[in-house]
Amino acid sequence: MATIEARGLRKVFGTTVAVDSIDLQVEEGRILGIVGPNGAGKTTALNAILGLTSYEGHLNVLGRDPWNARDELMRDVSFIADVAVLPRWIRVTQLLDYVAGVHPRFDRAKAQGFLAKTVIKQTSKVRELSKGMVAQLHLALVMAIDAKLLVLDEPTLGLDILYRKQFYDSLLNDYFDRNRTIVVTTHQVEEVQDVLTDLMFINHGRIVLQCTMEEFEARYVEVMTHPDHVASARSLKPISERQVFGRSVFLFDRVDRNQLAALGDVRTPSIADVFVAVMSNPEVGDERSEARAENKEALSMTKHK
Amino acid sequence: MNSTSNEPEVGGQRSEVRAISTRPFYWSTCRELWENRSIYIVPLIVAAVELLGFAVSTNGLAERRRAVLLLDASKARAGIEVPYDVAAVMMIFTVFIVGVFYCLDALYGERRDRSILFWKSLPVSDLTTLLSKAAIPLVVLPLVAFAIIVCTQFAMFLMTGAVLLAHGMSPTTTWINVPFFQNWLVLLYGLVAIALWHAPIYGWALLVSGWVRRATFLWAALPPLVIAAFEKITFNTSYVSAILKERVFGFAPNAFDLAGRHSPTVDSLMQLTPGRYLSTPGLWIGLIFAAGFVIAAIRLRRYRGPL
Repeated sequence: MATIEARGLRKVFGTTVAVDSIDLQVEEGRILGIVGPNGAGKTTALNAILGLTSYEGHLNVLGRDPWNARDELMRDVSFIADVAVLPRWIRVTQLLDYVAGVHPRFDRAKAQGFLAKTVIKQTSKVRELSKGMVAQLHLALVMAIDAKLLVLDEPTLGLDILYRKQFYDSLLNDYFDRNRTIVVTTHQVEEVQDVLTDLMFINHGRIVLQCTMEEFEARYVEVMTHPDHVASARSLKPISERQVFGRSVFLFDRVDRNQLAALGDVRTPSIADVFVAVMSNPEVGDERSEARAENKEALSMTKHK
Repeated sequence: MNSTSNEPEVGGQRSEVRAISTRPFYWSTCRELWENRSIYIVPLIVAAVELLGFAVSTNGLAERRRAVLLLDASKARAGIEVPYDVAAVMMIFTVFIVGVFYCLDALYGERRDRSILFWKSLPVSDLTTLLSKAAIPLVVLPLVAFAIIVCTQFAMFLMTGAVLLAHGMSPTTTWINVPFFQNWLVLLYGLVAIALWHAPIYGWALLVSGWVRRATFLWAALPPLVIAAFEKITFNTSYVSAILKERVFGFAPNAFDLAGRHSPTVDSLMQLTPGRYLSTPGLWIGLIFAAGFVIAAIRLRRYRGPL
């Protein structure tokens, strides 16, 4: 069964619809990246999955309803909600004692092993650590928990590039295996592009694009055209066009790669470029998911009755 | 979807759930003590000040002791006991203040510094969290007060003895006139009675601390006082202020027999009235309110995130 299963997931704050009938299915062993502009509803959706906020619709995480069973769910789910949410007054040893004392799946020796690879001293207080070290400490704790689902919400925000690189490297090398599932939101999409197995764009509380990375690579093609092929490239309806060093770079969605190769240098675009293209003209997004969302809305309404 | 059906078919590869016994309540209480060191540091500072004051007062102690021993036994006891009683009452008052301020910050601090996101990422229920927080003023602080009062009084006794010896007097006059063990028994009983009586105050402070977005003390203290003032102005009655006063001081006349005394002193175990105390409606009404406030705070914490 799926690790996360949401149907018509919806969350309204006052008059603002933060999450608008999202359908989501994340299978075991996937690494899903959720990308969206600020205020798109990413954090709200994750909070619902983690039992931190109430919601409408159907949501099932590892067989449980997160809102009503948060503490049980947290035996199998770890999350880093934000950088630097570790209490600033606590000592590293106290932190290890506490987590070991409350978490049945925490392996203290493993956490200490991870910490030994850093410069973090066990006697330090969190407030004495740099932001990057706090992130390392939190990651060491989380990686020592034998969880089935790990949720990361902007886990590397504000960290320098060395820490960010190291963060994802150790996550992949020392933690991830086919029995675990990871969901991550980040603005630093270029760093997770090679890490993800699945991708989701979200805007205004709705899913704009949802695909596996294989599908992404098959579907989107970027071409740096020769100057004399610009007109023919435009005739193939690119979803975006930009200038790089005086040459035109076109981004295509579902256009035959061989046909494009004739126009110039073909390559797989970065998530960031596709994201910008999709966000700036919403109709090029996944029209199927739009249709699906509407279907589900009708469905959930009948269900409520 | 059945919540039990998903348990580890995948368990083969992953390390089996180790049978580590976790003690969430114990560790949550430890965590409160790590974070809020004022729970024991403030009483220790007060004890140090008390001892300093007592040390200064030993100047001339020998002469005063000679004079006081000329009085009859009950007056001699009262005279010698005064600083010991003051030290105890001051400590009880201190832990009450510490307890109220602890509760006002208990659910507010974790939201202010965003660490609630970390605490909620662990398999600790809101119930366990709230119970461990409520245990601080109801169990931990009375124990801290008891231990520190006993140590303080013992230190005062030793100081007195040293001064008396230095003046060629017997140090045993303190021991003979002040029944320490009996007093400590009274103290223990009193601390339990006070903690139970004040439980709704702590519960209210916890609820406010989980509720408001700023100025916890203002929200906790002002509404009852404003309601009392409103009642006085509008109806010229004082029921609310009487209830508030009763809630702070009302344990004494119920838990102890103070009839016919000028000052509320307890010098005999006969004055302890646990039966009467346990049948006081005010105690049980207070405990019902306390439970209500704590249950509300448990429910509320589920909805709470960082400020």
